[in-house]
Formats: sequence, structure tokens, C-alpha cells
Amino acid sequence: MPNRHSPDVVIIGAGVVGAACAYYAARAGLSVTVVDRGPVAGGTTGAGEGNLLVSDKEAGPELDLALLSTRLWRELATELPPETEYEPKGGLVVAPDETTLKALRTFAEGQRAAGVDAREIAPDDLPALEPHLAAGFAGGFHYPQDAQVQPAQAAARLLHASGAATRLGEEVTALLTGPDGTVRGVRTTRGEIAARAVVNAAGTWGGRIAELAGVRLPVLPRRGFVLVTEPLPRLVRHKVYAADYIADVASDSAALQSSAVVEGTPGGPVLIGATRERVGFDRSLSTEALRRLAGQAAALFPVLGEVRALRTYHGFRPYLPDHLPAVGPDPRAPGLFHACGHEGAGIGLAPATGLLLADVLTGARPALDLAPFRPERFGDGTTSHAANGAGA
Amino acid sequence: MSEPRDLVGGAPETSFTLDFDGRKLPAHSGQSIAAVLWSAGITAWRTTRQGGAPRGAFCGIGSCYDCLVTVNGRPNQRACLLPARPGDTVTPQEGTGHGALV
Repeated sequence: MPNRHSPDVVIIGAGVVGAACAYYAARAGLSVTVVDRGPVAGGTTGAGEGNLLVSDKEAGPELDLALLSTRLWRELATELPPETEYEPKGGLVVAPDETTLKALRTFAEGQRAAGVDAREIAPDDLPALEPHLAAGFAGGFHYPQDAQVQPAQAAARLLHASGAATRLGEEVTALLTGPDGTVRGVRTTRGEIAARAVVNAAGTWGGRIAELAGVRLPVLPRRGFVLVTEPLPRLVRHKVYAADYIADVASDSAALQSSAVVEGTPGGPVLIGATRERVGFDRSLSTEALRRLAGQAAALFPVLGEVRALRTYHGFRPYLPDHLPAVGPDPRAPGLFHACGHEGAGIGLAPATGLLLADVLTGARPALDLAPFRPERFGDGTTSHAANGAGA
Repeated sequence: MSEPRDLVGGAPETSFTLDFDGRKLPAHSGQSIAAVLWSAGITAWRTTRQGGAPRGAFCGIGSCYDCLVTVNGRPNQRACLLPARPGDTVTPQEGTGHGALV
């Protein structure tokens, strides 16, 4: 039974999405406890690059979420400390040939209709934006709304700003349920936390939390490597990538895909992302993935061929079959809410996710239609003991 | 005053000079670049990326990366680990050492 020490909401997951949920829920007047089996940003958040991108998203529900997040990140940047390293640097997508450029034009047309600022850049004008970019591109698109944060810092500062109680190193082992089967808190390795609502912000491991409630949420890991160079002067000004990255993001293939996304950081190192492959939770190093990334980065910026890569890191993007996150209440398990499955866009999409979820938790009308993000949309998840939860 | 090498009774196989910032510094085979610089009384050979503060060898065992220096045109070499070799040209490093790339 909830008592006066029980929070209104327990959030499972101290990544950036859990932190954003905590922030907006607290701002809406709810008391919040965040539980994570590891540290803050210990999962996919800490393995990201901190992309806040609208450029790689086609018009649709994910882009709407990204655009809302873009505005929210801009607000948050004024409230969070400078360690967050918010940089509204803009993105630059380049096309190697006329065919790709035409496809990019059509893509950008749809984005513009949705509210994206996308500006075509003639080949001769590319050097003004990126002096070290290789010659020979057919053209590109500049996306001033693209931005970047230091992801682990962003999550930690957001969580701190929320004022939520945090319980780290504490794994959720079961969900507590009321007499009617409603989810009413969590059991952890250290005790029980009763609450009116439980939020699943467990990222790539969100499917396991759903399982604890007896429902199915098919979150799968999609591995990605990032290469880190030695510290450099500002050679790369925007987030720069070739147009085929967009096709990689939307692809359903399990095979290794790579298209370098190159960006400088305030610290000096250049980050080179992003491979994509479905190999489960295999943490072994793939030299093939790194070789491709390095080659592609040097093809975009020949100057990078002269510098050393110091290290690499990798993580597991939480992806759902339709590449959209699960955000909102789970009608199959009343009391359980989901905020996970953001694939490689979780840092960018976190604030909008947190805001929408806080709306749902407080009974306010969400700023965006949550229908495309319904957690039960993959069907087939209802097990007998949760079958009574029909009301959404 | 005795040197560490005297204490173990060691003798260098060869001696040569190392070019550092236009100076010729005495070097012995087997010495690290940091040892050559220290032996010449030079304790700082790099400036930090932010603020330009002086830096030299700190941990001396390759862990802290404070002793970075440009060797034969290649920046970010750890002076404490890299053996001095005849013909080496060592250059003080400013910031990233990659200023020329801009």
C-alpha cells in the first residue's frame, strides 16, 4: 500500500529518457523516485554521441517528437549547467552524386512541411560551412536545428535538476500489483517501492520490464560503434554525414551498416559514429566496423586521415520493429507506462518523451498525439493475468 | 653527485644528441625523451589546450598523458615512454599539437 513515503511515480532507468521523465513529472508536481540497476547513464545513454537531430528523420511521428524536443532542449540549455555542453551547431548532410541529391531534396521537402529548417547548399558553398570537407560533393542540406549535448552529463544534470530521489545499483526484480492487478510499484534487490505509477524507461532492456508485467514489448539491441580521435582544433563545425546514413537508420537489415557521422566536441576529440548491426548483446570489438568508420570519415574529411583514433566505445540502441519508441500507458497493464525504444535517437527525443509522459501521468492532454507510440501496437502481448486492463 | 645509472653500475651503449627546439641535448641510448629533457634541466615542453599552462612529465609511466610532445613532426607522443633515438627532432607542443591542420 502506498504510504506517505511512497512517491507518486517510480521510474525504472537512469538514462537520459528516465531523467527527462523525472524532470517533467517533478515539474508537473509529482514526487518521483528513479531506480537503476547501474549508475546514471550507464547503458545506451553513456554510449551515445549526444545527437539532437531532426535532419535524419522523415516527416512523421518521430520527426514531430524530435521537433518538440528541439524546442525543449533549447529551453533546458538555459536551465542546466554548462557541463551539459549544449551546442546548437547545426547539421550538414552531403550528397555524393546528383541522384542522391535529388532524393535528399524530396526528403527535405517533406521535412520542411513538418516545420524543419532545411537549406540546400550548392557545391561551391559547402567549403564556407565546412572548410575541410572533401571536394566533389554534388551538394548538401544544412539543418540549423540540429544540435548536440554531452549525453552522460545531460542525463546526470537533468536528473539532478528534477530533484527526484535516486536509487542506483538497485535492480527491479518484480512489479507490485494491487488486488485488481494494477501495477502499484516495484520490488527491487533492496526492498519495495510503492507508487501510483511505474514508468519503464529501461531503454534496450525495456522488454524485460514489460515481461515483469506479463506484457510483450519487443525491444531489441542494435549495436553501434563510435571512434574517438585525439583532441584536435575545431576542424569540423557541424554534424556532418553523407546522405546514405538516413537509409541506414531506417533500414531493417541485421547486417553491419556504416555511414560516418562526423562531429567535433568542445573537449577537442572528433567523434565518428555510427555503425548499426543486430548481433544481440555481443560486446566484442568489431575491427571491420571500425575500419569502415575510419575510412568513411577520412573520405568526408581527408584531414582526419592524418590524425589518430585514440579509442572506441559501443552500445546497444533500443529498437522496436517500426523504429518508433513506446511512449504512454500500457492498457494491458494499468499503472505501467512506457518510455523506451528510442533506438539511436534517445538523447534527442528524451525531453519530448518526458513532457508527454508527464502529461499522461497527470491527466493533462499531451502536446502530441501518442497513438503512433502506443506500447501495445505490436499486439500479441496480453497474458491472462493482465487481460482485464482494457481502459487506456 | 651520482646519477641513477651509476647506482646500478650501468653504462650506455651509445651517446648522441637530441634536437630539441633548436638545441642539441646530450642523450644516451635507452633514455626516454622525458629523461633526456629532465637531464638538461627542462621540465616543461607542452602547453595545455585551454589556458596554455606549462606541462611536462608527471606520472612518468605512461598513464597521465601530461608529457605529450611532438616528435619528428608527430604530435601527442608520450615523452616518458618514447625512447630517444639518434636523429630525433623534438618540438615543444602547443595545445593539441595539430594547429597546422586548421
